[in-house]
Amino acid sequence: MTNEAIDIKNLPKLTREDFVSDQMVKWCPGCGDHAILSSFQKVLPEIGVKKEDVVVVSGIGCSSRFPYYVKTYGFHGIHGRAAALSSGIKIANPNLNVWMITGDGDSLAIGGNHFIHVLRRNIDINIMLFNNKIYGLTKGQYSPTTPSGKVTKTSPHGTIEHPFTVGELAIGAQGTFFARAVDTNPKMMTEIMLEASKHKGTSLIEILQNCVIFYNKVHNDITSRETRDDNQIYLKHGEPMIFGKEKNKGIILKGTRLEVVTLGKNGITEKDILVHDKYQWESGIHLLLATMAPPDYPMAMGVIRSITDFTYDGKLENIIESEKETSPIQSVDDLLNSGKTWDI
Amino acid sequence: MTTKQQKVVELENVVVRFAGDSGDGMQLTGSLFSDAAAIAGNDFATFPDYPSEIRAPQGTVAGVSGFQIHFGQKNIYTSGDLADVLVAMNPAPLKKNLMWVKSGGTIIVDTDTFTDKALVKAGFENDPLGDDSLKDFNLIKAPISSLTKKSVEDLGLDNKMVLKSRNMFALGVMFFIFNREFKTADEFFEQKFKSNPLVVESNKKILRAGYNFADTIEALNRITYTVEPAALSKGKYRNITGNVATAWGLLAASERSGRQLFLGSYPITPATEILQEISKHKSLGARVLQAEDEIAGIVSSIGASFTGSFAVTSTSGPGLSLKSEAIGLAVMTELPIVIVNVQRAGPSTGMPTKSEQSDLLQALFGRNGEAQVIVVAASTSSNCFYHAYYASKLAMEHMTPVILLTDGYLANGSEVFKIPKVKSLPAIKPPLVKANDPDYYPYKRDPKRLNRSWALPGTPGLRHRIGGLEKEDIYGNVSHDPENHQIMCELRAEKIERVADYIPKQDVIGKGSGDLLIASWGGTYGNMIEAVKKMQSQGKKVSLAHFHYINPLPKNTADIFNNFKKIIVPELNLGQFVLYLKMKFPQFKFEQYNKIQGLPFMVSELVDKFNQVLEEE
Repeated sequence: MTNEAIDIKNLPKLTREDFVSDQMVKWCPGCGDHAILSSFQKVLPEIGVKKEDVVVVSGIGCSSRFPYYVKTYGFHGIHGRAAALSSGIKIANPNLNVWMITGDGDSLAIGGNHFIHVLRRNIDINIMLFNNKIYGLTKGQYSPTTPSGKVTKTSPHGTIEHPFTVGELAIGAQGTFFARAVDTNPKMMTEIMLEASKHKGTSLIEILQNCVIFYNKVHNDITSRETRDDNQIYLKHGEPMIFGKEKNKGIILKGTRLEVVTLGKNGITEKDILVHDKYQWESGIHLLLATMAPPDYPMAMGVIRSITDFTYDGKLENIIESEKETSPIQSVDDLLNSGKTWDI
Repeated sequence: MTTKQQKVVELENVVVRFAGDSGDGMQLTGSLFSDAAAIAGNDFATFPDYPSEIRAPQGTVAGVSGFQIHFGQKNIYTSGDLADVLVAMNPAPLKKNLMWVKSGGTIIVDTDTFTDKALVKAGFENDPLGDDSLKDFNLIKAPISSLTKKSVEDLGLDNKMVLKSRNMFALGVMFFIFNREFKTADEFFEQKFKSNPLVVESNKKILRAGYNFADTIEALNRITYTVEPAALSKGKYRNITGNVATAWGLLAASERSGRQLFLGSYPITPATEILQEISKHKSLGARVLQAEDEIAGIVSSIGASFTGSFAVTSTSGPGLSLKSEAIGLAVMTELPIVIVNVQRAGPSTGMPTKSEQSDLLQALFGRNGEAQVIVVAASTSSNCFYHAYYASKLAMEHMTPVILLTDGYLANGSEVFKIPKVKSLPAIKPPLVKANDPDYYPYKRDPKRLNRSWALPGTPGLRHRIGGLEKEDIYGNVSHDPENHQIMCELRAEKIERVADYIPKQDVIGKGSGDLLIASWGGTYGNMIEAVKKMQSQGKKVSLAHFHYINPLPKNTADIFNNFKKIIVPELNLGQFVLYLKMKFPQFKFEQYNKIQGLPFMVSELVDKFNQVLEEE
């Protein structure tokens, strides 16, 4: 429904500056959010939407200050409810291009219910979930993605909880689009944001983001210069899953599990390597990819799943249009006079 | 329809109660009886009384479902205190409803159901038909089940199915007693069972069998009753429940304001019907989200309101509690939204199908921070339409959340409703901002009403950010400045206070001064007006001020209070409105009268109480 009707060529050329607000950015120096903001402002002029049609929505948390820094229509909501707020905005006006900014606490703890239901309904919005595996704004308590055993202010003996894997939860909730990016790779972020903007349905991007104060280097094994090539695989649709400093590692399906292999060893050639199919309806391989993590596997980046299914907002518009054409009730006067009435 | 030998007695008003097992079709029987009353030109009010379990154990008192109708040739304000006629389909409904029948009233029972087993199940020690426990009533023993079977034996239907229609036999008996025409019931059968002519025929036959049976039995002494048409003003009428009236009032406000309706809501008794009703009317552009919970219901509505929809959420007490934080967000962002709260007996889950007025303080004060909202209360099933409309108008024109209070009685009860023309309703003019308005600032206010204006996403030149953090006056940037916070808190409060300039003055029913003023609010109106009229006709200097606008209160409230020697505040709670009035008007002394049983006031108990207060020194 959203933007197909707009002739992109006739839109005035926009630049990053069109989306920079006059508010001072108040995140900590070195916070991963700065890079995400900058990538987002770079992407917005590219998505083919009028600047007044973009709405940025958030809940509560460090990430959720985001709307104040982007010069669009913006709504900074209450804790956990960004998904519900975004749902109402999109359903009420499907022409708007809605971006929801949230964090691991906001969407996976207090807002978990809304998060799974927006995915299930497949409302055509874009969600960027900043996962730093800690509560930053309240200064260092564990979150639903904090690894088991981690000592935080509220887990002095180490956490005794099982963390969520965002992609696993999202696919389980029937999410139609799941991608992962890291805050240290702006090029990757802009590519993925652009792709998310094109997906019809709820697009979820998990951005591995570093909290420099309360969980510094949380993603270091994935993002550091020394380890990133061996511990990340940037999945591209239709391409074999090859990674590593030497570009000689690959992923194969062995039995019911994924396995990391070395090309040229044990007779493995490129033909044996899995080819990424983000459009595959069955979610099995996507789930395996979404849950891969070091040290046994690389962390999967890029668009892991992107399937086409109907959207809530699209269906609702269709129903409203057809009801407007066919219903005998065309006004509230018709309604008041419908059914059994009598004159006195 | 009367036969020649019959004696016809004219009555002013009558209360009839149908009672059976949850599956006996009592609601349908009651509504068909109401349709016949409507066609006869009577004014009427109805109330269904059913358990919160969908099908509680058959034959037990817990599973009894009832439907009461009060109809008459004068204005009818309530569904009636005690019944003149009780139809009891089984022993359990008799057991449960006996206390609601007037002494000397008529009771019709299906004798076929009074088996030993059924009597035990219903909790009778002796067969009430066999001893003299019902001697104060005019008891009509009717073998309804067997006569129902007999009446259609030639049609070859199976017995189980036929017995499902024994409620139509009972309806036929009532049609005879009250001289009703078959027309509306026949039309219903023809419509409902269009695809099965045999079922249409059997229902028609059973209905007539009940009618003819009543015509032949001695117990009725061949007396039937007529209730003359009520002196209602000329116009087109319909029957309407409070929940449907609320839904339609909201739709009317959407149409008149030109703002599409968005309803985000979660099913909850007794408010669910509003959600169901609005869901039907997508042809009027209504967008409905059945949300995953109460919180998502209101928050999605706030999102829709941001985009320029007229946004509503509907709920009942426990749901209102869950929505508290989000109402605060709507207060802070100064977006219009109507929160419909259909009150039920609390606290916690309480008694979901029973009515109460105990959410008033929650509506007024139940939020963190200084978070004033407008609170409006409907007082009859049919005026839910108008109060939903006015609540919507206030929300949109003053850019604020409005809580509309109704209750289980208004919601499920039905009344005769004179159909208005939508264009006769007052205009609704939301403060929308034009594209590229150079003077637009998110928190710049209208100098009179103090509302900010509504700038909709998608409009060029108005991009702005709002949210739950405190806002800088005029410009709307996030601000933690101490003076600014005080200014903003005071402005938000003042904005609500100034609504008093835009609502009608409080009216008084009866003389403007006197010995006793009844100060009531919400769904108790019908009982209050009947009690007050009764006392006025006895020469008592009693008047009624029934409040619809609770926050702010009408400007003339203190002037009214000043003119009465005594003021009493009757409520279906432990004293919430009276507490509020004491806070607002410490100069007056308020008496209170509280009932909290999940039941409405009875007119007789109100009259007794008011007389007692009058007599006290």
